[in-house]
Amino acid sequence: MAKKVAFIQGNEAAAHGAIYAGCNFFAGYPITPSTEVAEVMSLELPKTGGKFIQMEDEIGAMAALIGASLGGAKVLTSTSGPGLSLKQENIGYACIAEVPCVIVNVMRGGPSTGMPTGPSQSDIMCAKWGTHGDHPAICLVPASVQELFEETVRAFSLAEKYRTPVMIMPDEIVAHMRERVVFPEPGEIEVINRTAPSVPPEQYKPYDTSFGDVPPLAAFGSGYKFHVTGLNKMQDGFPTTKAAIVQAEEERQVRKVEANKADIMKWEEYLIDDAEIVIVAYGSTSRSARYAVNAAREQGIKAGLFRPITFWPFPEERLLEISRKTKAFITPEMSLGQCNGVVKGCIEGNAPVYGIYHVDGEPVSPDEILNKMKEVK
Amino acid sequence: MAYDYDKWIRPGKLPHIWCPGCGHGIVMKGLIRAFDTLQLKKEETAIVSGIGCASRLPGYIDCCTLHTTHGRAAAFATGLKMARPEMKVILCGGDGDGTAIGGNHFIHACRRNIDMTYIIMNNYIYGMTGGQFSPATPTGHKASTTPYGNPDPNFDIAKLAIGAGATFVARGTAFHAAQLDKLIVEAIQHKGFSVVEILDDCPTTYGRRNKFKSVIEMMNRLKEISVPVKAAEKMTPEQLQGKVLTGVLYKEEKPEYCEQYAKVIERAQVGK
Ligand SMILES: Cc1ncc(C[n+]2csc(CCOP(=O)(O)OP(=O)(O)O)c2C)c(N)n1
Ligand code: SF4
Ligand SMILES: [Mg+2]
Repeated sequence: MAKKVAFIQGNEAAAHGAIYAGCNFFAGYPITPSTEVAEVMSLELPKTGGKFIQMEDEIGAMAALIGASLGGAKVLTSTSGPGLSLKQENIGYACIAEVPCVIVNVMRGGPSTGMPTGPSQSDIMCAKWGTHGDHPAICLVPASVQELFEETVRAFSLAEKYRTPVMIMPDEIVAHMRERVVFPEPGEIEVINRTAPSVPPEQYKPYDTSFGDVPPLAAFGSGYKFHVTGLNKMQDGFPTTKAAIVQAEEERQVRKVEANKADIMKWEEYLIDDAEIVIVAYGSTSRSARYAVNAAREQGIKAGLFRPITFWPFPEERLLEISRKTKAFITPEMSLGQCNGVVKGCIEGNAPVYGIYHVDGEPVSPDEILNKMKEVK
Repeated sequence: MAYDYDKWIRPGKLPHIWCPGCGHGIVMKGLIRAFDTLQLKKEETAIVSGIGCASRLPGYIDCCTLHTTHGRAAAFATGLKMARPEMKVILCGGDGDGTAIGGNHFIHACRRNIDMTYIIMNNYIYGMTGGQFSPATPTGHKASTTPYGNPDPNFDIAKLAIGAGATFVARGTAFHAAQLDKLIVEAIQHKGFSVVEILDDCPTTYGRRNKFKSVIEMMNRLKEISVPVKAAEKMTPEQLQGKVLTGVLYKEEKPEYCEQYAKVIERAQVGK
């Protein structure tokens, strides 16, 4: 049978990816340029028996998401800029209480209302440090509509596997452009669900580390009863201030992601092997970068592209390795250097890292990247 | 009737954190009696709270319990209830949690008429953080952040709930403990969003700043100011000055949210 093919928008692809992954609950609050995700979910979810709710604000949406996830649902919300700021309070709650959830954040110009319809890549640090305290962060940054579909499916698997929030952050260009998408057959992309408890209810503890760094999560209403709090907790879920337990639990929460980086990280290398100039770009900017790399090669410049698909955890080790034989890095981005700073932070000064920054609502053009390559060559 | 408190208190979790004389413990006992009366199933019952002294209640009760962020209990609970409509979902928290930071979630839960019961413990103050004024602190009263007397007008929480669309609204006090059980039982049995405002006391941060010499004096005040709705019908506006009505203040049957959403699913699946 021929595969289903459609010409759809990025945001629609994210919604369909979520449904493919088995999402059965969505809570959100409308905001440009992410609203189409909510609209498609409101249309499609009830067809599958799933539920959609438009909450009173993004704080409430994030809260409802966590409540539903604890009830056993696979949950999605979508937002942008100001909405992401509001969600941060309860994103932190999901981190410490270890509740799987997926957040689509379409990056638009900021801070504050900024440029609601303009593309941006300036939420990348907010994805890591937006909520207070030490906590794990997983953030995926697809560059095409097909990839947005597939990465949304992966976002669910990562959230469920590691019991933690996962952000998927297309820039506005990826979210709003229309491309051909080939829908995978059911089963074609692996879908991982949270591990259910293997012990009877009397023995169950929601943070039982004898099962490893990611303890099984029971659902409320499934015969298990337990306590969940945003306070530092013990294995049985009840609050504690005992120094040794708090330290160990905080470290474990972060280690869930750090120790499993190899499983979570994903990136693409294009013409890197002999590259003297390496462009580090993601999302729609990586498309300009690829074009520029091809043009540079035609002109005899040994250029390559390093494209993170997982932004957090960042593929630091690999970039450090590449930096040992690279003359210069360039980070084109729709931000004033957030990605640039991350690259500088992992290459131990092995090469200069030049930036091309747009926060004017315009994408970085291939010409700008090519010119920069010529300038620094 | 003998109530099985031991059945509902989580083993090893007492003593609780509340100060001697705090009204929240009286409310917890009332809630337990209501659960026991209704013979609720622990695995099918959830208590969801925000942050504050009142919001520490779920930690002591043996069922599915969720202690969330400040003011957000109604929103967390809405998600849980939608995912598990068959569960009994009870919210609890303080006046500050529910009407200041959580005011938005509170009114929208009322409006949706989602089948949950909200026990709001109104001690007129932010107890946990040391006695700052809340939207329920009476005008003129002292709090740690109103050293010259509170300039703000205060909310009537029960009226707020009625105005926002809650379909069962009652008020009780920590003094009238026996009446509390009945109100909570009726609220839980009601289909739709039910609110029970319970006037209680915080001797530690409110009482001492407002010249209450003892917990007994605070309790006596609750007794003096409250008038059952029935009795109020026969009283003049002058006689009702400074009084608060207690009992079931409002009750109405309206479509419940989860049932309405089940119809959305039916409509979406037509012709599928
Ligand atoms: C976002 C946020 N802001 C502020 C606080 C601090 N805080 C904790 S409890 C509380 C007030 C609680 O008052 P109330 O809900 O009336 O409960 P009570 O302690 O009086 O029972 C405040 C302001 C917090 N925990 N979270
Ligand atoms: S501070 Fe007030 S509200 Fe908190 S436990 Fe003490 S008496 Fe109760
Ligand atoms: Mg209070």
